[in-house]
Amino acid sequence: MNRDEARRTVERIARDSYGRLIAVLAVRTRDVACAEDLLADAFAAALEQWPAQGIPINPDGWLVTVAKRRHVDLLRKGLVRINGEPHLIAAEIEEASSASEELPDRRLELMFACAHPLIEPGARAPLILQTVLGITAKAIASAFLVSPGSMSQRLVRAKAHIKESSIPFSVPDQNEMPDRLDAVLEALYAAYSTGWDEAHGASELAPEAIWLSRLIETLLPGEPEAKALLAMMLYTQARRDARRDAHGCYVPIDSQDVALWDRNQIADAEKLLHACNRSGPTGRYQLEAAIQSAHIARRLTGANCWPSIVSLYDHLVSLTNSPVAVLNRAAALAEVAGAEAALAELREISTDKRMLGYQPYWATLGHLNLRAGNVEAGREALRIAIGLTTDNAVRQHLRLQLP
Amino acid sequence: MNYMMLIHHDEAALAKANHKELWADYAAFNAALAKAGGRSGVRLQPASAATSVRVRDGKTEIVDGPYADTKEKLAGYFMIEVDRVEEAVTWAQRCPSARYGTIEVRPIHEQG
Repeated sequence: MNRDEARRTVERIARDSYGRLIAVLAVRTRDVACAEDLLADAFAAALEQWPAQGIPINPDGWLVTVAKRRHVDLLRKGLVRINGEPHLIAAEIEEASSASEELPDRRLELMFACAHPLIEPGARAPLILQTVLGITAKAIASAFLVSPGSMSQRLVRAKAHIKESSIPFSVPDQNEMPDRLDAVLEALYAAYSTGWDEAHGASELAPEAIWLSRLIETLLPGEPEAKALLAMMLYTQARRDARRDAHGCYVPIDSQDVALWDRNQIADAEKLLHACNRSGPTGRYQLEAAIQSAHIARRLTGANCWPSIVSLYDHLVSLTNSPVAVLNRAAALAEVAGAEAALAELREISTDKRMLGYQPYWATLGHLNLRAGNVEAGREALRIAIGLTTDNAVRQHLRLQLP
Repeated sequence: MNYMMLIHHDEAALAKANHKELWADYAAFNAALAKAGGRSGVRLQPASAATSVRVRDGKTEIVDGPYADTKEKLAGYFMIEVDRVEEAVTWAQRCPSARYGTIEVRPIHEQG
């Protein structure tokens, strides 16, 4: 086998197993940064040895063994420390018991460790993306709109914090679960929406977020909100190809060609939504997924789903008390009670500071005013929406609406 | 935190732009900026109109043109007050000039 082939194999393993391998090593080192260093050394060793010796039958196991051996070396030389002897013994037992088996999947533990309440909220999603998926700090930085330098700092700080406070890598117990799960789901939702909003560069985040959500859904089948989040992402992802026309222009849901929708993904999402409706209380993601489902049913069957959409938003408004929910409820209400009624609802949030720089608020205000015949007010609001838009396709779409 | 948003233009790229669309986008951008409490910007004349002055060993040197001879030249600025640098970066993304050059996001030294 030649050098190129070895490099490609190492790259593929790095892509597929990075998070899992880091998680396995982090259990032992209790230090993500140290685990990353060990794995980097193991990858380097693989690049050196595999061309001559061939790729081992169990490459993951080979890499972990090399990394662990290196860790033991460093421990012996006193170059790294571990917090207390018992952990080391536990790690040895674990190693002995899993030597010939498949590696245990510890990505879930790692995600929950990254969502620990002691870690600053702004670092959780980036930490998940970096440690579980091996996405570079630079790519994460541009997705979250911060400079690569400050993103790296944020990640380094968070990892140092995990180490100093000895945050354990384990699934939290029943009492802690809801809080932690919220943070994990929120991080994934943020990663998914970032991937969805940005036309270029960051779009790779969307499939990664779906992949992680599926993992959580499989590993925690009893959590309805985890199912609902995955359903929501699938509903949106299913419509991805219909979202731009041949010229790259933005196409709103009502003008999308439903033949371009991915019916398999929609069916998957429906199944998940039904499953989570059967169990558990109605949470935020369940409501949002149900709203997506109603929009899709509206287009596919022609049924008037607007009254149910409005009542789903009623629940969402009382649950989240968020101005965004009020805004979306008003847009749906326009279809049931007319544009004037919807504009009256929007007055409630018109002084909310968060809405002043929120593009969808101005776009909705513009459309509703135009529908109500207030041409001047409509034009003014749409111009502000154009000024707030960062996506060229959306900007083009809004320009065409200007009277 | 207050940010000064320094607009650097690639004049060659700007010359190829659709100017009617660009100025319409700028009007929209300024309207949005005003709503969000930003101070609308200052637009500079072309860098070729600049005069650069410095004093060395008591002697004054005056040269034509901008201080730094770079491909992208300082063309203006606007100010924005936001809580986090992410929001300032979003405003830079929204600025039509970002498509024809670079917006430098610079935090302003707080007095006190």
